[in-house]
Amino acid sequence: MKAAADAATQAAFPAPQPTELTAPYWHALDEGRLVFQRCDGCANAWLPPRAECPRCGSRAWQWTQASGAATLVSWVVYHHAYHDWFAKRLPYTVAVVALAEGPRLVSNIVDATGPLRIDMPLRLSIQREAGTALARFTPA
Amino acid sequence: MRGNVVIAGIGQTAFGKLPGRGTISLNIEACRLALADAGVEKDAVDALLVKPPTSNPQFMYGQTLAEAMALQPRVGGAWDQGGAANLSLIAFAAMAIEHGQCDVALVCYADNPRTGSRHAYEKAWGDDAAYGWFGVPAGYAMLARRHMEEFGTTSDQLGAIAVAIRKHGAANPQAQLRKPLTLDQYRESPWVVDPLRRDDCCLVSDGAAAVVLMSAQRAKALGVKKPVPILGFGQGQSSWDVAQRADLTRTCAEASGKTALAMAGLRPEDIDVAQIYDCFTITVLMTVEAYGFAPHGDGGPWCAGGRLEVGGELPVNTAGGLLSETGMPGLQLVTEGVRQMRGEANLQVPGARNCIVSNQGGIMHTHSTLILERAA
Repeated sequence: MKAAADAATQAAFPAPQPTELTAPYWHALDEGRLVFQRCDGCANAWLPPRAECPRCGSRAWQWTQASGAATLVSWVVYHHAYHDWFAKRLPYTVAVVALAEGPRLVSNIVDATGPLRIDMPLRLSIQREAGTALARFTPA
Repeated sequence: MRGNVVIAGIGQTAFGKLPGRGTISLNIEACRLALADAGVEKDAVDALLVKPPTSNPQFMYGQTLAEAMALQPRVGGAWDQGGAANLSLIAFAAMAIEHGQCDVALVCYADNPRTGSRHAYEKAWGDDAAYGWFGVPAGYAMLARRHMEEFGTTSDQLGAIAVAIRKHGAANPQAQLRKPLTLDQYRESPWVVDPLRRDDCCLVSDGAAAVVLMSAQRAKALGVKKPVPILGFGQGQSSWDVAQRADLTRTCAEASGKTALAMAGLRPEDIDVAQIYDCFTITVLMTVEAYGFAPHGDGGPWCAGGRLEVGGELPVNTAGGLLSETGMPGLQLVTEGVRQMRGEANLQVPGARNCIVSNQGGIMHTHSTLILERAA
């Protein structure tokens, strides 16, 4: 057990690997803003970052700041660590969250004081993990 | 097309831990057994279609296998569609035979993640690794939670699916896991990713299976014993990743099943036995809804109460499925479907006329359906 705990302490955080396309997303989070893409042509809004609007194929789109209001689509609770970094965090929650503006993303639900339920309102809570700003959510 | 192409032979290796065997070797063994079962010489094969090994996909795998078998098939190659690929390849082979592109087709699959690498099932989902989003079970758990919260589906109802399939596997001398499961044992099974427990998750297995296809006419001319007619097939692609899917409780299995049933000219109530892809219990529940056996949302209560067991209304995975026979993605469900339609299954469903088989891949990203008829 001690060896496992040591391994977990020393494990590297699986940090995002920004690309030219995704760097603005992570940079905005680092500055305290959650952004998504909105198509200039058809007003479709989406995440994760893509070069083309998946609805109309346009390459003309803008990064847009999210209000931070969201709802809970679903969630799971990990009791098994697939990566050593998470061994000391078990059990931990991963959720699918729908932003009020439409885009959906994978996130963590933090600071929940009561039971979770689907479609419950959430609000953005940007937190740092090993120096990386993450878009986490908390019950509103 | 309906009934014009048959499955003339089936073959499978042992399942479980097969150290020292590569996937080419396992594929060759399964193909050899399938050809012997059909009574066909290898040289008659002019189509070789293979799903690449999940744990170790390789470039031009279909050609590597053909070379190892000294075959120069007219039609050949590998198809990447995750776990739906085997059935989709059978459908493609049937269409190729129907249109004169080939005469005798081998469809096969082999993998060895149990002695090799399980990485494919445990890896990170891109940058979402930062949130701890890893592994295949979590994706299915996300679908299961939504189903439970939206429709009141319970853990015990998922457990009933595992209990039924494990019962069938326990009776199968070839199964990797021959341990029946009680609902009490299920309830004590540890969480992997809540709401899925260890016993909701399929096995990790080495092994291979293969089937031989040809026209019904050719099978008759060659004197093939008990050729099993293919009545229908269909496909669907959900495409969107779990996080992006508009409705987590509906999948492309609906389109796939509808297409296959329409082609077969059958309704869900005409199906006597089903081989449903059971990588996780929730997959069975959502598939029986999508196929129209149970109303949408009612899969939980529908699957409970022994309905899926031999002797029940819709016996499912009569050789033990992925939960108990072998975790291999899908082709073993076809070989068992063929045994049922030949009247030769270990747990034979008496008088079964029609069998539906499902294969699916990713986190219900892809789906393929096959409908078989009793051998004449």
